[in-house]
Amino acid sequence: MARIWVYAEMTAGGVVEKTALEILTKARTLDGDVEAVALGPGATAAAAILGEHGAKTVYASDDPVYGEYVAWPASHALHELTKEHQPNLILFPSTYESRDVAARLAARTGSTIMSNATDLLGASSAQTAIFGGSLLVDVTLEGPDPKIVLVRPKSFDAEPSGGSAQVVPVEVAIPDAVKRSKRVERIVAESSGPKLEEAPVVVAGGRGLGNRDNWKLVEELAGAIGNAAVGATRAVVDAEWVPYALQIGQTGKTVKPRVYLAVGISGATQHIVGMKSSDRIIAINKDAEAPIFQLSDLGIVGDALKIVPALVQEVKSRKA
Amino acid sequence: MNITVCIKQVPDPNQPYKLSGTRLDREAVQPVLDPGDEFGVEAGLKLAEAHGGEVTVLSMGPAKAMEAMRRALSMGAHKGILVSDEALAGADAQATAQVLAAAIKRNPFDLVIAGTESADGSTGAVPAMIAELLGVPQATFAKQLEVKEGTLTIHRQTQEGYDVVECALPAVLTVTSGVNEPRYPTFKGIMQAKNKPVEQLSAADLGLSVAASQQVAAVNPAPARGQGEIFEDDGTGAARIADFLKNAKVI
Repeated sequence: MARIWVYAEMTAGGVVEKTALEILTKARTLDGDVEAVALGPGATAAAAILGEHGAKTVYASDDPVYGEYVAWPASHALHELTKEHQPNLILFPSTYESRDVAARLAARTGSTIMSNATDLLGASSAQTAIFGGSLLVDVTLEGPDPKIVLVRPKSFDAEPSGGSAQVVPVEVAIPDAVKRSKRVERIVAESSGPKLEEAPVVVAGGRGLGNRDNWKLVEELAGAIGNAAVGATRAVVDAEWVPYALQIGQTGKTVKPRVYLAVGISGATQHIVGMKSSDRIIAINKDAEAPIFQLSDLGIVGDALKIVPALVQEVKSRKA
Repeated sequence: MNITVCIKQVPDPNQPYKLSGTRLDREAVQPVLDPGDEFGVEAGLKLAEAHGGEVTVLSMGPAKAMEAMRRALSMGAHKGILVSDEALAGADAQATAQVLAAAIKRNPFDLVIAGTESADGSTGAVPAMIAELLGVPQATFAKQLEVKEGTLTIHRQTQEGYDVVECALPAVLTVTSGVNEPRYPTFKGIMQAKNKPVEQLSAADLGLSVAASQQVAAVNPAPARGQGEIFEDDGTGAARIADFLKNAKVI
């Protein structure tokens, strides 16, 4: 039977990155023994939640070295563990941290590395979505084990199954030679309102808003709705209207709110992959041919600069 | 300072992509220098201007990729290396990283710069793989960068904000879009680029034989979302959206 590992990235706060729990939930339905590797402060304690989500064994180390230096110590430890336990497949969350860990590991093992998986089909097969999610591609992974796959956030719902995991302490020595990319400081951006990835409503703006001054319309609408987060397209971020932390899409965040309201967004592939799984999608755009309308439950072809102020009033009156 | 900037020619990401068989149809869409790579070239040029040294542009791709190479040279890069080999068509991240690392290793280097991921493949794995193959640290997802006394310090994008990360050179750096403002090639730059040296290499020149390790087993249309209702705004658009929000119980 295949041995399937999930890299349970530990966040700065000492908890498991949520995507790892999503991946475990799916991995436990595959034909294989599912185990997790957690490296960094909080790892041993995290074995409980990893077990609940399907890991039978958790290889854990609470050594702070994994947080103090980016990627290299973790990929080094994973490589040593891989030689000892010989997993067939290692699944990583598609995050800034895990992407570097997975890549360095793949370069060491010479294994295939697949990014942006949106579904898992077996120990050597995964699915990805291309062209804004309009096509699904089944990929067969070849070459030496472990196959390495990065899975996009929110590809699955995380659900506990009530299991528990055996903890195996990781005792890999980390040589100084891999302690070279030093994390000096962590800065958390100030933000108000709900987190973009967790908000029940996301109001997102694109270049169709015309200029930076009109961005306040998006914020006013989110404020009027309440419990809504503000997001943006890459074009708007590149134009420096808003910080990168608001970017939704391929290179930004993946969101899955109950309602996604796209204002002046045409629906470029790069954006769609980050929001297409939203429960309901509303779009406002001048161009009736904009691809965003193909995904929309409700689409209004018109001028966002007129519709949004009116919508703010409509929302306020319905909430009153 | 010896700087190598990795670039890729991609089908224009602002045009809709199509498949030819199970591969991206690269004939259907105008090829361009990956817009993300312009930030890498700019970062390299700025560092070379501040610290002295040369910027080498490195790419793997078909002969046609020379156009993207010339674009980077016309921005001001000093010379180029193009690894072009039919055996490399369809190369995955593993093969690409091996080829680029082997090409970089042939000369002394202080810094390797790349975008965070290509606009077409979007794997985002190659730069850190190159770092591993070269045995140097990686500083990825930089939204701000500085080199001082042989140490690279970056603001590294995170989910929650950014981390300050530092490492001694040599290193591999990836830059996010918006890290700087890429310059436009000047007329003089375009003329000069035509005469700048570009070394052309095959996989065999690098002593490599690489094989793709991923096969496409099937391509299927995704289950379509039910097409919703689309209205031309006649003044009732805002009210329709508000009703929708009310029915969805989010207001």
